[in-house]
Order: sequence, then structure tokens, then C-alpha cells
Amino acid sequence: MGLLSDPNRRRALIGMLTRLNAPICMICYMAGVAWFMGLAFEPFTLRTYMSENAMGSTMVEERFPAGERALATGREFAAHKKKTGGMPVDWLVRTMQARGLEVYTQRFSRKLPFPDEDKERYMVKGTNVYGILRAPRAPRTEALVLSAPCSPGNENNQAVGILLGLAQYFRSQIYWAKDIIFLVNEHDLIGMQAWLEGYHHTNTTGMDWSPLQGRGGSIQAALSLELSSDVVTSLDLVLEGLNGQLPNLDLANLFYAFCQKIGVLCTTQGKLPRNDWDTTSGYSHAVQTMMLMVLKQASSRPWGDHGLFLRYHIEAASIKGVNSFRPYKTDATTVGRLLEGMYRKLNNLLERLHQSYFFYLMPSLTRFVSIGYYMPAFGLLALILLLRALDLWVQLSSPPTRTTEDACPPLCPLSAPQPASPGVLSILTPLVISHLTGVALYTLPVLSQELAVEHFPVSETEAVVLTAIAIYTAGLALPHNTHRLLAGEGTEQGWKVLKLVAVLYLAVLLGCTALINFSLVFPERGLLVGVNDPGLTLLFAVFFFQELQETPVTLQEGWMLYLSVISQGILDHALYGSLLYPLAALLVYPCWLLFWNILFWK
Amino acid sequence: DLNDKAGQFFNSGHTNNWAVLVCTSRFWFNYRHVANTLSVYRSVKRLGIPDSRIVLMLADDMACNHRNPKPATVFSHKNMELNVYGDDVEVDYRGYEVTVENFLRVLTGRLPASTPRSKRLLSDDRSNILIYLTGHGGNGFLKFQDSEEISNVELADAFEQMWQKRRYNELLFIIDTCQGASMYERFYSPNLMALASSQVGEDSLSHQPDLAIGVHLMDRYTFYLLEFLEDIHPSSTTNMNQLFKVCPKSQCVSTPGHRTDLFLRDPGRVLITDFFGSVRKVEITMETINLSSPMEPLPER
Repeated sequence: MGLLSDPNRRRALIGMLTRLNAPICMICYMAGVAWFMGLAFEPFTLRTYMSENAMGSTMVEERFPAGERALATGREFAAHKKKTGGMPVDWLVRTMQARGLEVYTQRFSRKLPFPDEDKERYMVKGTNVYGILRAPRAPRTEALVLSAPCSPGNENNQAVGILLGLAQYFRSQIYWAKDIIFLVNEHDLIGMQAWLEGYHHTNTTGMDWSPLQGRGGSIQAALSLELSSDVVTSLDLVLEGLNGQLPNLDLANLFYAFCQKIGVLCTTQGKLPRNDWDTTSGYSHAVQTMMLMVLKQASSRPWGDHGLFLRYHIEAASIKGVNSFRPYKTDATTVGRLLEGMYRKLNNLLERLHQSYFFYLMPSLTRFVSIGYYMPAFGLLALILLLRALDLWVQLSSPPTRTTEDACPPLCPLSAPQPASPGVLSILTPLVISHLTGVALYTLPVLSQELAVEHFPVSETEAVVLTAIAIYTAGLALPHNTHRLLAGEGTEQGWKVLKLVAVLYLAVLLGCTALINFSLVFPERGLLVGVNDPGLTLLFAVFFFQELQETPVTLQEGWMLYLSVISQGILDHALYGSLLYPLAALLVYPCWLLFWNILFWK
Repeated sequence: DLNDKAGQFFNSGHTNNWAVLVCTSRFWFNYRHVANTLSVYRSVKRLGIPDSRIVLMLADDMACNHRNPKPATVFSHKNMELNVYGDDVEVDYRGYEVTVENFLRVLTGRLPASTPRSKRLLSDDRSNILIYLTGHGGNGFLKFQDSEEISNVELADAFEQMWQKRRYNELLFIIDTCQGASMYERFYSPNLMALASSQVGEDSLSHQPDLAIGVHLMDRYTFYLLEFLEDIHPSSTTNMNQLFKVCPKSQCVSTPGHRTDLFLRDPGRVLITDFFGSVRKVEITMETINLSSPMEPLPER
């Protein structure tokens, strides 16, 4: 007879499971954590390689000559930007037209749910300017995008300068098979969102924008450039996008291949590459890089202007120029050549990038871990939940110990109903109450900000964040109050049923989250232990993140950062559809409240 | 004596030459396959085979590809010394017309009645045919257009059909792909000679990239073949044994192979121009021949 259909064997298996439940769970937990930490160890990772045949190697001759002229254009841009106090639309249109592009503008406006620290007002209005370089001989079916943000102050002037310099150079070449769109967006992500929505004729976030007059074909790849200095010491590649989406690994491989060919120092997560993987410090460096990537993905916000392209299945990455104190500097011409090389290779593409991985973690720019390797870590953690659930189920179904004197036939566990077992309805109450609290946490902070501002001397942003924290803490007080409402209060069985439901709920939640955004799983697993609540996990994550970036913060700064992270999360959800805030408020928080309930059951 | 001379005159037994040159891969990064085929086309034309006797099949248009920085050219050597596209290329089967079915129909002659003459292989039993294939291949197959394959069995059967229909006198088969030797393993018809750029299990490598164009321009075997052929002129007496030595392993990295067991003549006595050129043998007579006097039959040999 089979292993599970033979009653004797089944009883033995179940017995072993219940007896060894805690040790197995502990082993699984440690194995899961060890597996995850082991992912950064270099022999367990794979070297990156170019998978797309059409892109081939870096076999191209870069001849961009005009770095200095590009920087001069950037300075002109800065001057005009200061004069107009925002985006110098007319100057940009004239300059792009002078370079032979088809220039169009797009106006957009957005009412923010509450003003955040950057904008300090409800209504954000802006203009995007973009110029299309038409491929000389090809039909207008495909396009590539190069974008640079128009940032206030002295930021990113050189990026716009190089963008215009490259536009001029590209215009005189005849080998483009795709249209190239040079985009200067205002207000960073908001402008980019408006442009993308206009380009693809979708309106998912309720923004108001004027329709785009000119279009290229379907966009195959996009690069966003951020450069704020005339010379750079390294180029940083930013991959994480909205909801933890990543571009195809081939884009990162292409970038790295050109960095090597041209001889520019390239980094990811701002961490310099190291060769000493077999030393402790080398390994911890790799772990830090990987953890930074995990945390950035978990935050579900786009970490560069490229992050919003990913939702439209356009592979995009941001390249940031970093100017630190190193002796070897790279000038603008070299940066221009690197971009020229990348665009010539992207020009050779016949299909969208699809040969390489879409889900990966990178302990460094040359090494990656694919989904097949990091999923087992999550699998082991999910196994713990399932084992616990199984254990509870067995305990609930088995007869109480006082009746074991009767030689119960093997079918006993399923037949005898429990004398004082509460029905399913009794746990419905805590479930409903937890979810209602979650809904309150999701909707009330933004809705009630005016009320809060009237009664308390705080700004709207602070009002929203503090309301959220207030509702959160109020939820903590629930178990004491809802006790009286519960029918099966205080019984052994009651809390077991609730715990079973909560554990299964958590398992399903983690499973679904792992599919969408793997990195969100790890903060959530703190719930496993039942004591790390989401709020504290977030606080800890903020401090940890700052440590990893080598900019540790004091307690007070950390607290302010924490508040701003919460407000940013709510804002991201309203503006771009980031899933972290609704996930946390509507699913994770009620789940955790259930566990909190169980803790105070007695 | 006249007998010997006549014997020499009809040594090879062929009276006309044909060439079927096929490039089977498309896409910009397979530029080198088109360049390979066009190089052989160029040599074959230069040595005398006219366009009416050449069936040129190119699966993609590299010269007019949007990514070509030098439009209307296909170069075989970096520094752009040799434009093999020229200005008088006649492509008979182009783009998606290059399929396995069309290739086999061309070889066996089973074409619909409406096919124009330029797309037909109108060879007879005294034709020497050169067949050159290039593209991506594997053990026993050659890939056409990224969507279908021709197997070595099919090819051998097509040649047998040609033999039975007496569509060739002698046939030289050259293939430049990975594991090319597998394609001639199954031949069983007489008078076939075959050359391949690599053995089974080996890859044929490309020669040199051109950074300005951004692709590899030629494959190694055909590059050295072209170099070899550039030295041949219509009255060369170079024979096949020298052709077998083209591109040794030191230059090609792969080991070129050849097969001559089905060929009736000794390869050392087969001239390169028997296949690559269309050599008209001309004898100048110094004496007048009286055509009015009755003809006398030659004594039996």
C-alpha cells in the first residue's frame, strides 16, 4: 500500500511530524536563511554572459567625438533652466530642432493625494519635451529611448547636455534601424509616467496629460541617464523598478561588456567591485550588495526614471554618473562613446530582449543568481508554515488525550466531532475585524488628512503618516476589546483554529508575494516568529538600509527617514500603482493582527 | 594522334558549367553567410560562368539592410577592400523564396511550368555543376531561414535523382557550416566530390569582425577559399588536390574534409576550372579543312 493511503504508515508519519515539528521547523528555518546567505558566495553564483545572439559582442567602433561640446550645451541648458525657473521648453525645442529631430511636447498635471516634502503643493504641473530621430531607411515600427531628467537646481545638466550631443551625432549616421527618442522629462517619475501613459494610450493612474502628437514604433529598450558632473569616476547601473521588476539581464550584461571594452569603472548598488571573494570581507561585501538589491526591490518603488518602463515590458535601466575621490576620471566623450556603443548594439536587435533572465539577484555586476537558485530559500521558509499548519490540523482532528483508552480504530481522527469545538464562524469575527482595521489603515490616512490638519498643528504629510501610525497602534489594542465579542474565547481549540487559518493565510500570502516580488518575502517572514511586527520590521529595514549604503544614521534621523518612507510608500501607490502599501495595509497587517490576537487569546 | 588529342579535348566529359550558390541564413548578424556566397559567386563569374548558368539564392538582403552603414555593399574583408556585391549581381532566389523545397526543386528540376528560366537549373548529362551551401548547420542537417532544415539524407537522395535523370556529368559540393562533413556522409551517387569546412563535432569559425560595420564579415574557410580562387585564372592548371589543402587546421581552427570515393576520375587530374569556371576549349587550326570532301569515319579506337 502507498505511503499515504496505508493507515498505519500514515499514523506513523503523522506521529513523527507532530513529535518532530519544532526541530524540523528550526532546521528548515536555518537552512532557508543559510541558503539565502549562501547565494552571495561566489562559487555558488554564475558569471554573467550575453545571451542574445543578435547583440553579439562589443564589436562596434565608437566614434563619438563631441564630449566637450555636449558639456557646453549642458551649461547652456543650466542657464536657461535658471532663467525660466523650471523646464526651458522653448530652448529645448529649438535646440532639438536644430539637431534635426522631430520635436514634440507634452503637458501634464497631477493632483497629489497629499503634498510630499519635495513638491510642497497639491498640484504638480509640467512639460515633457522629446525629439524623435527617424531611422533613415527603416519603417517606423520600433524605437529606442534615451532620457535625461530635468531636475531643479544644478542636477543632471550634463546628462541633458550629453543627450543633446548624442542626438546630434546619431543624426548624422545612417545605420539606425529603429527610431531613437530623446526625452527630457520634468518632475522625474511623474513626468515619465505621463509620457509613458500618453505613448501607450493607457490611463492607469488618473493623471491628466495632453496626447502625444508624435510617436515612434513600439519601444524595444530604454536608458535613463543621470549625470551631474563634467567628469565621472564610475558609472552606476540601477536596475530595480516599480514593484521590484527588473529588466532583462542582457541589458546589464551589455552595459558591463561596454564598460570593460572602454575601460570605465562600473558598479551596481554603488559598491565597487572586488576580487577577494574568498575572504570574509569580500564575502560580506557581496552579501551587502545583494541585500541592498533585495531591500530596494522590496520597497517596490522605481529607483530611477527607468523603473516605470518595465511595466510596459520595455527593458530599461538607469545609468548614474558618480564623481568621487578617485584618481582616474572618465570624461564626457568616453561616456558618450559608451552610450553610442550600447545603442548600436541595441539597434541590432531583431526581437525584444528575452533570451536572458528576468528574475535574478546580483551580488556584483559580474555575478548573478537566477530565480531557480534563490527560490528554494523561500520554499524552505514556506515549508515551515505548512508544517505548522499540518501540525495544528492534526492536533485539531485527533481526539483529546482522555479518550485514548478506547482502542480507537485508525479512522478515529476523522470521525469524532469535538465536544467544545468552536465552529468556523467564531474565527470569522477576528478575521473580519482585522481586515476592517486593514482597510481603515489603507483608506483613512489620506482621507482624513484635512480633519487632522484642522485639529493638530501638523502639515498634511505629517498628518497622513501620523494617522497611519495611530491606526496601526490602535490595532494593537484590539485583542483586549474584541475578546468579549468572541464566542469561543479562551478555549484551547479556539485559538488553534485561528492560528491554523492565520498560518495558511500567511503561507498563501507569502506564496503570492514571492511570485510578484520575491524580495518582499523576506521582511514578511519576520511574521513567522510572530513577534516582528510590520512596523518594527520597516523601522529596522530603514536603519539596515542606511548601514548598507555606508551612511549610517542617528536615531532621530532614522525616525524622520522612517516617517518619510511611509509617506513615500503611500504616495508611490497613488501615483504609480506601487503595490507595497496596499499589500502591507490590506493583507500583511490583518494577518499580523490575527497572530497578535492569538498571543492575547487567554 | 588525333584520337589522343580528341581524347584530351573531351577529357573531362563536360561541355557546360553550372553553379548553384545558396546562402541559407537571414538576419543581420549572419552577414558573413551572404558575404561567403557572394564571394564564390564573384569568383565563379570571373572565371567565366555567366549569370544565365548561375542560380544564386540569398536568404536575406544585407546590402540594403537598414543597419548597413555602407548601403548597397557587402564586404568580404575588413578595411573594405573587396565589395563582393558589385553592381551586376543577379539574385535568382531572394529572401523567403530560399526554402528547402525550392532548393530541392531546383536541383531535381521539378519546378512548376511558370518558373522563369533564370530560376531553373537547366543542366544536362554533360554539365559540371558546382553546388555551394553556407549557413548554420549541425550533425546531419543544414538550417534554412531559421525555420526548417534539410537533412543529409534528403540531399543525397536529391543527388541520386539528378543522377538518374542525367542532370549532371560531375558535381562538386562545397559546404561551409558547422559540422559540414556530416552533410556529405550519405552520398551514394557516382561522380560526386565533396568538400566541407569542418568535421562532425567541430564548429566552423568566422574570420574577422569589422568594427565599422559591426559584424563578422566572412567565415574562415570561405575566406581562404576566396584567397585561393583569386589566384586562379581561366587557363590555370591547378587541380583539385590543391583545393583540398585550402585552409589547414592552423588557419581554420576546424579540420576541413573532403570526399572523393564516388568520383570516377583522379582528383589530381581534375582542374579547378572544370567546376569553377566555364572554360571553352579553343583549338586553332592552321590548315584549312575541306568540308565538301566526304567525311571518313575515324578508325575504331
